[in-house]
Amino acid sequence: MTMTYSGNNSGFINYIYDRYRDLTIRDICLVFEGRITHQVMKALTGLMEEQMEEMKEKRTLRRVYHVMVESLQNINRHAETFENDGYPYPGRGVVLVTRDEGHYRITTGNIIETSNVEEISLFLGRLNNMDPAGLDELYMRQMRDGVISAKGGAGLGFIDVRRKTAHPLDYDFIQVDKDTSFFIFTATISRQESWKH
Amino acid sequence: MEALRIEPTDDSPLVVLDRENNLFEISGKSLPENVVQFYRPVTEWLTAYQKDPGPETVFTFKLIYFNTASSKMILDILMLLEEMAEAGHEVTVRWMSLTSDEDMQEAGKEYEEMVDLPFEHHTYEFE
Repeated sequence: MTMTYSGNNSGFINYIYDRYRDLTIRDICLVFEGRITHQVMKALTGLMEEQMEEMKEKRTLRRVYHVMVESLQNINRHAETFENDGYPYPGRGVVLVTRDEGHYRITTGNIIETSNVEEISLFLGRLNNMDPAGLDELYMRQMRDGVISAKGGAGLGFIDVRRKTAHPLDYDFIQVDKDTSFFIFTATISRQESWKH
Repeated sequence: MEALRIEPTDDSPLVVLDRENNLFEISGKSLPENVVQFYRPVTEWLTAYQKDPGPETVFTFKLIYFNTASSKMILDILMLLEEMAEAGHEVTVRWMSLTSDEDMQEAGKEYEEMVDLPFEHHTYEFE
């Protein structure tokens, strides 16, 4: 057997091993950081489908798949460009899918403009306080009255994610600098929950 | 009028709009990168068909997945069909869902609430 890594790289190996252990212990099904293009969205949702099909969790699978599509399309459309060492990163973000005995959690994180924080925060707070009938009504109203924006969204994603998950949406914002903030969002799906809350 | 057929891909559905053979169907998965661009030929075709529709139009939706942006386009299509019905033409929506897919069945019922059109709800076992 050949030693591929020299002693100088042991720090790197430990770093990778720690990440690996961290991911497996916490039962992280999927983690991705980078630019969320349409192709990346399809690849990640496809990977998740493959993992879950083995487990025969059909109903949960559909919901996890849908929440991933909507969350990733949000990043694809709305993550703001930010500079890092002179390189702009449009549509970039982090995605994490974790699971425990009772739930799947889809977490996304991406940079947004600080000026949008209040609006997003108020909207998600409002969704969390609505009952299923109110959410259905809001969804139908937005579908009827809304228009597809230049970015390709219909303003329906968050509403539908809230509708299809029996748990409140978790969200937080970390101010990066004056103009930009990091938006972190988690949707929780019960495993094999009934289709309506 | 010329039939419209769009072959399915891994993110867009099969579309068949064929006046001559009386076939109107959208089936498969719908999460295209640009929904407006994808559905434009469909709404354009239906706008032309509205002016001189067949005696009985049965429009089939047999979707296994659609994202929220597509849900808006499906409503646009249903509203074009509704206009035809309002003009006195016979139009029926056939909404097909997998037996195991309650969300898809529920979506059909929601659309039925939103437009004034007769709906037939069907379920099927396998894709």
